[in-house]
Amino acid sequence: MPDTSTEVALATTTLGSAAASIDFTSISSAYTDLRLVVVATSTQALNAGIRFNSNTGTNYSGTGLVGNGSSASSSRYTSQTYLKLDNFDAGLDTTPVMYTIDIFNYAGSTFKTALVTLSGDTNGSGYVNRSVNLWRQTTAISSVSFYAASTGNLATGTTATLYGIL
Amino acid sequence: MPSSRILIASNTLGSSAASVTFSGIPGTYTDLVLRYSARSDGASVDDYFSLTVNGVTSSVYSLTNLTSDGSTVGSTRLSNNTSMRAYGCAGANSTSNTFASGELYIPSYTASQNKPLSNYGANETNATAVFMGAVANLYRQTTAVSSITFAPLVGTNIVSGSSFFLYGIKNS
Repeated sequence: MPDTSTEVALATTTLGSAAASIDFTSISSAYTDLRLVVVATSTQALNAGIRFNSNTGTNYSGTGLVGNGSSASSSRYTSQTYLKLDNFDAGLDTTPVMYTIDIFNYAGSTFKTALVTLSGDTNGSGYVNRSVNLWRQTTAISSVSFYAASTGNLATGTTATLYGIL
Repeated sequence: MPSSRILIASNTLGSSAASVTFSGIPGTYTDLVLRYSARSDGASVDDYFSLTVNGVTSSVYSLTNLTSDGSTVGSTRLSNNTSMRAYGCAGANSTSNTFASGELYIPSYTASQNKPLSNYGANETNATAVFMGAVANLYRQTTAVSSITFAPLVGTNIVSGSSFFLYGIKNS
């Protein structure tokens, strides 16, 4: 039977030592969408973020829903310098947290939308988040950086895999 | 390019069952994904699943959820619990012929670390009693996940016609 899968692993990184970021570069434009799956811990409590094409302009915004174990709320960020994976109260720490980042029409010439899920229960604290994010640039995405957006590093064992969706 | 998502096993119930278990899961993938369409015999509009891994029923599970019923949202938490939760199971009082849908994602299921499990599920019924929820589960064990069991929490059985699909995701 021919291989008809539409989901292809493009690259994966597991940190052998603490690092500030995991970067995927020279991403082929041969796919329709991208999916980044991350299981992460950090050397200290910090916020994680995403940047596309190393862009540090104030081109990122997002709206999210968060549950913190006692209440649910919605919040928003605008004109920020990175995509805030855990702007909605959750941070990264020593308990593994899972992120999925679905990036739509990444090679197109319109602004880029990313749907993010965060599953970050830590047995007594933590969060569950769902958010939509926007990168207001029309250039194709050729690199994605998952990084520590505040003081500290991603910890050893943090794993990120980038998939292309045909 | 090789496939990243491979169907490992499926189970479409031909008769009611108290639970659905996938066992003997090989450790040859990077992540696992379970997708399902389910209904139970529970006397409510919405049911949901108790989820256990490797047959473990000790207090090594915890979760934080985010829920919506069409008019209100909420969030609750369970710590040191004996099972996790997965949404996406219609109850017996749900609109007839309606099966809820859900997905469970287990990344790095063979890694020697505690394991987060992400769930999203919904039950739309064309009525006021609907449900949509997301769960951040945590399994505090470093052993690889080799079996997963779904059991309804309101009902006694998962009814005939419910279907479960287990996929392995490879990152190379």
